[in-house]
Parts: sequence; C-alpha cells; structure tokens
Amino acid sequence: MTATTVETLEPEAVRAARPAPTRIPMSRIMGVELRKSFDTRSGFWLMASIGILAVIATSATILFAPDDELTYESFATAIGFPMAVLLPIIAALSVTSEWSQRTGLTSFTLVPHRGRVIVAKLGVTIGVGVVSMLVAAAIGALGNVVGTAITGTDTVWNVSVAELAYIILASVLGMLVGFTLGVLMRSSAAAVVGYFVYGFALPPLSMMLAASQDWWDRLQPWVDFYYAQGSLYEGQVSGTEWAHLGVAGLIWLVVPLTIGLWSVLRSEVK
Amino acid sequence: MIKVDSLTKKYGGFTAVDDVCFTARPGRVTGFLGPNGAGKSTTMRIMVGLTPATSGIAEVSGRRFADLPNPGLEVGVLLDASAQHAGRTGREILTIAARTMGLSTRRVDEMLERVSLTPEESGRRVRNYSLGMRQRLGIATALLGEPEVLILDEPANGLDPAGIRWMRDLLRGYADQGGTVLLSSHLLHEIEVIADDLVVIGQGRIVAQGTKAELLASAGTLVRTSDVPTLARALVDADLDFVESAATAGADALRVEADPELVGQVAQRAGVALAELRAADGAGLEEMFLELTAETQREGAAA
Ligand SMILES: Nc1ncnc2c1ncn2[C@@H]1O[C@H](COP(=O)(O)OP(=O)(O)O)[C@@H](O)[C@H]1O
Ligand SMILES: [Mg+2]
Repeated sequence: MTATTVETLEPEAVRAARPAPTRIPMSRIMGVELRKSFDTRSGFWLMASIGILAVIATSATILFAPDDELTYESFATAIGFPMAVLLPIIAALSVTSEWSQRTGLTSFTLVPHRGRVIVAKLGVTIGVGVVSMLVAAAIGALGNVVGTAITGTDTVWNVSVAELAYIILASVLGMLVGFTLGVLMRSSAAAVVGYFVYGFALPPLSMMLAASQDWWDRLQPWVDFYYAQGSLYEGQVSGTEWAHLGVAGLIWLVVPLTIGLWSVLRSEVK
Repeated sequence: MIKVDSLTKKYGGFTAVDDVCFTARPGRVTGFLGPNGAGKSTTMRIMVGLTPATSGIAEVSGRRFADLPNPGLEVGVLLDASAQHAGRTGREILTIAARTMGLSTRRVDEMLERVSLTPEESGRRVRNYSLGMRQRLGIATALLGEPEVLILDEPANGLDPAGIRWMRDLLRGYADQGGTVLLSSHLLHEIEVIADDLVVIGQGRIVAQGTKAELLASAGTLVRTSDVPTLARALVDADLDFVESAATAGADALRVEADPELVGQVAQRAGVALAELRAADGAGLEEMFLELTAETQREGAAA
C-alpha cells in the first residue's frame, strides 16, 4: 500500500529536481513576439494585407498607368503608399495590444522586465518592416515584368539598389514613429489617430507654414521628421540631409520613446 | 513561500493597501479573504511586479519577483482570466506561455488535459469561452512551469460547483506536495473549505490572520432564545462579552465570548429558556466578515 502511495505522488511532485532556471534569452522573447503578431485572426490579416495590398497596387498600376510610364519606379511609388499606412499601424498595435487586449498581465509577469519586452517588439517590428518592404519590392518587380510583357514595352528598372535601401529605411522610420506613438499612448485608437495626424495632417500644415514664414522654412528640415525623410525618396542623401534626419529623429523618435519607455516601466498594468 | 512586509499602496490620497504583512507558507493553502475593493487584487499585482508599491516589500521564494530569472518556472500567476487576447485560441495562449518559459509544447497538451479542456475546446478562440473555461485556461497557464508557488486571484469565479470541487482538490494536492498556494476570494464559505491559513483584509488593512483552526476556535458560543433582553442582562451581570449574532436569520441569537457550559449556567440562573446552545463554529469569523462587507457597502452608499 505504502509503495503505491509513494509512486502516485512522485511523478506529480511540485518540486521535482531540476536545474535552476536561467534568464530568458532575448532571442526567445523576440521569437514569441513575432509569433504573437501572426497568431490572431486580426494580426494574421494585417500581415497578409501587406502582400495583398502590394498585389492590388501592382495590378492597378498595370491597369491604369499609361504604357510609357510603366517603369519600376511607378510600381514602387504605387506600392509605397499602402505600406506607409499599414506598417506604422502594425508597429503601434504590437505595443498597444498588450494594454487594449490586457495581455500585458501575462506578458509582463512571464518577463517581468518590461523594457526587454518592448525592445524585443522593437526588433521584431524592424524585422517585419524590412521583410515586408522586400516582399513588396519583389511583387512590384514581378508586376513590372508582367505589365511590360502585356503592353509589349521595354522593362525599365529605374530604381537602384541604393534607392531601394533608402526607401526601406524611410518605411522603417515611419514604422518607428508608429511604434513610438504606441509606447507613448498605450491605446490602439489613440496611437493610430496620432499616426494619421503625424503622417497626413501635419505635413501639409508644415508646408503651408514654410511657404509663408521664413523662420519655419529654415527650421523645417531640422524639426519636421516627415519632411526630413523626403530626401530618402530622392535617391541620394547629403551630409546635411543626414544631419536633418538625425536631429528630427532625435525629436520625433528618441526623446518620445525614452519618455514612453520610462512611463511604461513605472505604470501599473491591470 | 511568499512574504509580504509593510506593504502600502496609495492612489493619490486613497490608501488601497495599508501596511499589509503576512506570509504564505509552503505546504499550505493560504486564503486571502476580503470584500470587494478590500485591496486583494492590488496586493497580488504588487507581488508580481505589475503595480509598483508605495512602500514595503513583497518577496516570492526569497526574492523580489523581478529578480526571478524565469518567473513562470517558479511562480504560477492567475490574476484575471479574462485578460487575454480574445482572438487567440486557448491552445495558442498556452503555447505562447510555454515558449516564453522555454518549455516543450508537449507540456501544453499535458496541461490542457489536466484542466479538462478538450482538443476541440482548446482550438476555439477565447472570445467564445465561458468564464469557467477561461479560469481553467488561466490555471493551466499558472501550472505550466511546475512552479512551487501559486498566486491566484479569485480563481473560483465563474466555476460551476463541480469546477470548484475540482479546483479545491487540485490546490489541496498541490499544497500537500509542498507547494505554496495563495488564493483570494470575497466569499468566506468558498475559502473556508480549502484554506489552511487565512488572511482577512478589509479596506486595505489586515483585520485577522492565522490558521483556519485558530480563527474558527475563537468564535465562542452561539445562543438562541426568544427572550434576548433578559439573557443579555444576565450576561452583563456575569461580566461576559457578547454581540448580537448574524448567524441566524432572526434577531434572536447572541454570540458570547465564553464556552457553552458557562453560558448555559448563566441562562439557567436567569431562568431563560434556550432554543439553541452550541459552540459557534466560524460564527466569529463570519460576523467579522459580514461587518467588513457591510461597512464597505455603507461607504459605497454614502459615496
Ligand atoms: N488605479 C487606481 N486608482 C485609484 N484607486 C484604485 C486603483 N486601483 C484600485 N483602486 C482602489 O483600490 C481598492 C482596492 O482594489 P482591489 O485591490 O481591486 O480590491 P479587491 O481585489 O480586494 O476587490 C478599491 O477601492 C479600488 O477602487
Ligand atoms: Mg479583486
């Protein structure tokens, strides 16, 4: 009888001997975060829409662009627009869902250092951004080949690798703005609205102000991050323009992200 | 082992947790009991680092929670079973937790079986789960890493009687194997049947703590009569402390700080006929708890 009791108890023992737990590696947190961006229906479709919208933009270019404008640049421009909207939203939601869906209760108890979780999300966001842009570029290239085959015109590759790299950088910077807004606001709706204000409401206002006010015209490249990124779409970036990007990036990314992170670390998760 | 020492949490001028001290020991189920708004969840959130304390310390297995290298392997936490992404399946939620802890997915299947979620159910999205199923999933998440300590906030909420029975057995077994279990509840009866030790909290302050046996033993005697005023006078003359008891539906019962024999003698001398005379098992605790609850409700009504 005694033997049976012992036997039934042992396999279930709470404290079966095992090696002392070791610190959760960063790579594992990133793997989990990547998985979390795909494993819900909404997350999956958000990711899938990158490819879907690239295909739609490419098809629209083939259908509607005049034959002589059927160049790779046209495809890149057409695809660039939906990406500029979609990627920052993906970035923001990766952060805000921890609060709006309240998954943070689990995430931040399994990894009690919130900074590590946020940094992992940042890494995944950048990775998703670069891969998405490469996929979109490939879809555009395919469109260019197919489109010109249909029209019987020459296939024109007028976007260099360097230009493509700059465009990808610009997209990632846009994503980082979305990410920063997510960390700062911790609310999906607020972050998305914030991004639309940044990306679509402020730029024309800034341009209008620059046209009428001399002081803003001189200041604009240094403080208007959206404006400063314009140079990345022109194919080459001068030293001054890199400085513009650096200073504006400091104002729009580094400072708010630091403040956001500081407040995330101190806030209450409930 | 969980140790909480002089823990205080203030929200502006409001003190939600006020100088709370207690220890939850290995091999025992510690019940954390208090009416709604007493500060149980806040205390538990502080323990696991989700809410910063204003002052005081909370330690799990001798360390601050944030100093645990892989907390899921040492502390199983269930604070709110509904705090999950509604669009994830139950299995996916467990898989994410298992991956974070560095466990194989085989462990996920084991846990699903342990909490009786069928493959069909675990493949459903949590949006479509009943509260009881969410609680089971939450308990599965907490047990995943075979931790030595469990921290569960109102885990019986939403469970049906069979579910409550199941959880009671599960936690009992867990403690019997040397685990530390801390679970909160706002229902005395729910916690009475499962806890070895009790920590009672009201308005942020600990109002009683000790083993269940201790707290129940100090309950005195319950006496019921149709002539309460005469008995009350006799008890005053005999220098015995007593209170009106809420243990019966009517206003015909008193709880006396003395053993039944003495109370019987007093009643006999006063010539009062008794309807009932017995040791008041837990009546003291129950009254204290009712009082706490009533206080909270009064404040709620006043506010
Ligand atoms: N963020 C907050 N700001 C202000 N008051 C809060 C906050 N969080 C909790 N409280 C208050 O603290 C008290 C304790 O709450 P809680 O710990 O949730 O109680 P319990 O879990 O015992 O029902 C309640 O009165 C609640 O309203
Ligand atoms: Mg609570």
